[in-house]
Amino acid sequence: MGKRVLLVEDELNIVEAIRFLLSREGWQVETHVDGATAIEKIREGRPDLVVLDYMLPGKNGMDILTELRADSDFSDLPILMLTARGQSKDRAQAERAGVSRFMTKPFSNTEVLNAVRDLVRAKAQ
Amino acid sequence: MASLNTLVAVCLIYVAFLFAVAFAAERAAIRGKGGWLRAPLVYTLSLSVYCTAWTFYGAVGYAARSGMEFVTIYLGPSLVMIGWWWVLRKLVRIGRTQRVTSIADLISSRYGKSNALAIVVTLMAVIGVTPYIALQLQSVTLSLSIFSDAEAVVRRPSATAGFWVAAGLALFTVLFGTRNLNANERHDGVVIAVAVEAVVKLIALLAVGGFVVWGLGGGLGQMMARIDASDIGTWQVDSSRWLALTAVSAAAFLCLPRMFQVLVVENDGDRQLQIASWAFPLYLMLMSLFVVPIAVMGLEMLPAGSNPDLFVLTLPLAEGRDGLAVLSFLGGFSSATSMVIVATLALSTMVSNHIVMPLWLSLRAEGATVSGDVRNVVILSRRLSIMVIIAFGFLYFRFSGGSAALASIGLISFVGVAQFLPALMGGIFWRGSTRGGALAGLITGFSIWAYTSLLPSFGVDTVYSAALFEEGLWGLAWLRPHALFGLGGLDPTVHAVVWSLTLNTVFFIGVSLLSFPSPMERLQGAQFVNVFDHAGPAMGWRASTTTSEDLMIMAQRILGAEEARDLFRTAAHAQGISGYLPEPTPAFLSTLERELAASVGAATAHAMVSQLVGGASVSVEDLMAVANESAQILEYSNQLEAKSAELTRTAGQLREANEKLKALSVQKDAFLGQISHELRTPMTSIRSFSEILRDTDGLGSVEKTRYASIIHAEAVRLTRLLDDLLDLSVLENGQVNLNLVTGSLSELIDHAVMTTRSGAGKLSIERRRLNEAVSLTTDHDRLGQVFVNLITNAQKYCDAENPTLTVSVEEKDGCTMVRFADNGTTIPGASRALIFEKFSRINDKDGSGAGLGLAICREIMTRLGGDIMYEPDEGGNAFVIQLPSEKRLAAAQ
Repeated sequence: MGKRVLLVEDELNIVEAIRFLLSREGWQVETHVDGATAIEKIREGRPDLVVLDYMLPGKNGMDILTELRADSDFSDLPILMLTARGQSKDRAQAERAGVSRFMTKPFSNTEVLNAVRDLVRAKAQ
Repeated sequence: MASLNTLVAVCLIYVAFLFAVAFAAERAAIRGKGGWLRAPLVYTLSLSVYCTAWTFYGAVGYAARSGMEFVTIYLGPSLVMIGWWWVLRKLVRIGRTQRVTSIADLISSRYGKSNALAIVVTLMAVIGVTPYIALQLQSVTLSLSIFSDAEAVVRRPSATAGFWVAAGLALFTVLFGTRNLNANERHDGVVIAVAVEAVVKLIALLAVGGFVVWGLGGGLGQMMARIDASDIGTWQVDSSRWLALTAVSAAAFLCLPRMFQVLVVENDGDRQLQIASWAFPLYLMLMSLFVVPIAVMGLEMLPAGSNPDLFVLTLPLAEGRDGLAVLSFLGGFSSATSMVIVATLALSTMVSNHIVMPLWLSLRAEGATVSGDVRNVVILSRRLSIMVIIAFGFLYFRFSGGSAALASIGLISFVGVAQFLPALMGGIFWRGSTRGGALAGLITGFSIWAYTSLLPSFGVDTVYSAALFEEGLWGLAWLRPHALFGLGGLDPTVHAVVWSLTLNTVFFIGVSLLSFPSPMERLQGAQFVNVFDHAGPAMGWRASTTTSEDLMIMAQRILGAEEARDLFRTAAHAQGISGYLPEPTPAFLSTLERELAASVGAATAHAMVSQLVGGASVSVEDLMAVANESAQILEYSNQLEAKSAELTRTAGQLREANEKLKALSVQKDAFLGQISHELRTPMTSIRSFSEILRDTDGLGSVEKTRYASIIHAEAVRLTRLLDDLLDLSVLENGQVNLNLVTGSLSELIDHAVMTTRSGAGKLSIERRRLNEAVSLTTDHDRLGQVFVNLITNAQKYCDAENPTLTVSVEEKDGCTMVRFADNGTTIPGASRALIFEKFSRINDKDGSGAGLGLAICREIMTRLGGDIMYEPDEGGNAFVIQLPSEKRLAAAQ
């Protein structure tokens, strides 16, 4: 049984790309478009990693991050945030909120994979 | 006996001598060596212009006719000089500080610089003095006729002789008085000539007197006996006449224009007045010394019927003393000429300044531009005035018959000019007196004088009929000229004095109490009444009890702490005192006042320093000046307030603008964030899948094709986005060139439906072609773009099972309305407001739209002069396009 990653993203093409990348690394990929549902699912069964888009319909990525970090159960959950907004203050805000890794779209596939590996290794140690 | 020719020659020589004296005096004055011209003795002698031919000839006649009563004429001025010295001093000081040029000037200046008042006073003065000038003409004519014809003594003087005398006097005065024009209206030459004439007339009278007493009367003792034996001592003293005449001559001494000229205008300091206050009464005493002996001897020795007014001349002549007679004639000539010169000079100044010049200036609208111009006009107007005034005198002399006693003529003038007294005295002692009061009093008194004194003097049946004296004007007994209001039985002179001066005073006071002075009158009144409180700008501060600390505190409040301390320290240092508190010396106080004045105005500064120093009074004038300044400061502060309000407004506007800019900045950030997101999102897919294609070995051909398709779709999306952005940018900036074409609406919709056919999917479009037969003049490409957008939106978002778009057209209010209604889920209320905003994607399922379509539609419709609206429909959404009428389209361009 591989590790579980929960992907929250509303752009279907991007979902497909990430799913392809992580599946090949042995991840079991679960995707959600809607932020509220995503949080529910995380609480139901804790994934090993969360990949979070910043701009989402309904609850946006920053809200989800803040909510999760407020819960002591998920304070050490590795969260990788992706954003297409490209504004530096968003990075600062996310880091204050306790994001594990923050990346700007468009990303390079290698970068994403390396980041995921780093996060998991860090968790394991 | 000296011939007339000799006499004329003597006169000419004498006049030439006077010219020489005057010329020398003026030369000396110009060269700055004229100090002696201002000697108190000269001033005193110049006052003797009071002693005219009336005094020289008439006093003897007066004594011969009425006994000792002539003394009143000397008594009045002597009492003024001795007893009313302080009044004179005030008058003189006012004259100097106010630069007064005549009595008319003083009165008008006092009552608010009223020119009407100046004109009234001038006219009254001219009329009042006319009999007096006639008196001089009469006396000179008489004295000349004596020399030409000894028998003429009893006859009336000839009018022809009178005319030549008048002409000669006029010429003499014009030459003498108006050779040049002094800025300060002082006449050094005239004054010195008058002084010389004063000496001549005194010597002449004393010589004749000496001759009469010692030559004819046999010494002092015998003379006294003769006087006792004569009728003069037995004359009944009429106390009412004495009182009235003394009062009138005292008043005339102050009010006569020529006396005002020498007393006030020519005055050069209090010291002159001090000496004159005793020297002038002495002069008058000497002049009156031999009046009685001459009168007694004349009555005794000369044939009955001789004119007593000429005893001074006829006594030496009768005794064959030609030389003495000529000296006596010169004395009389001096008396007459000095009076005429000074009187006409004073009057002509008044006429010229208050009547001719204002008229001339008002007639010349552009005003005088060249000063020499004005000078010539002034000199000409003065010369003409002199001639006219002397002509008046001649006419009076001619029509009054020239037979009356000199003294009675003189008294008429005295009563006339005495009418100035209430306004004059009230003006310098009573602040409450007003211009109205002065005018009322003057006109009343003058009218009564003219009616009761001047007009009757022409004699019965000249102006008045005998009946008028008996029955009164219009048969009204109470208007009888010599028994006004039924007050009969009085001496005519006393009657005139009592009524004119009493009613004058009553009206003056009454009207003054009933009227309010104007600010100008108040100011002038304060300056006149308090003339001694204001020594002018040169006045220094008196030593005071104020402590420098108080001054320091005050100065700090006004100047600011630093500056005040510096000022005080500097002053203390200059006084040799260490520290910063100087002694409050007058010099320091003056400096301080000046410094304060720079901040708060002169009057306020003066008032403030006065308050602290306590030694000087704060006058009404000061307070008024303070009020004036305060008003200015208030106005200034109002202006500042207005400015401040304006600034506040401007600041508010700026703040608003700033808020707007901030909001715009936030909007811009949001917009950039949106654009970034819209651009980066397809980029992300493109990059990721292209890397997958590049890096992944062993991908199946299905997958390869799929990933390439994704890349292609995203690239297309990206292109569309960029197209839309550019389009929107162009539309928003208004850089659109509309291509206006007339065409059919129906064809336009056909074209849009055709264009969108590829993405039609399940959507069916329902149309009512009949209504679409509308001709439109608009940019068909742009309008078509809107239609395509709306149809595409319906294709993408209409979620009904059988999606349908109904296109309907209707005419409404002259506009064509095209309605696109679908049957999909109605857009939720909260989102409706955002429909036409950029990047507002509502229910974007496949994420292909950037949310710019409707924003572009709105921009296009605005450009086309129409509108696009969203209407939530029952079971669907409707977009309504309003197309402009031809007219509105034209207006929109």
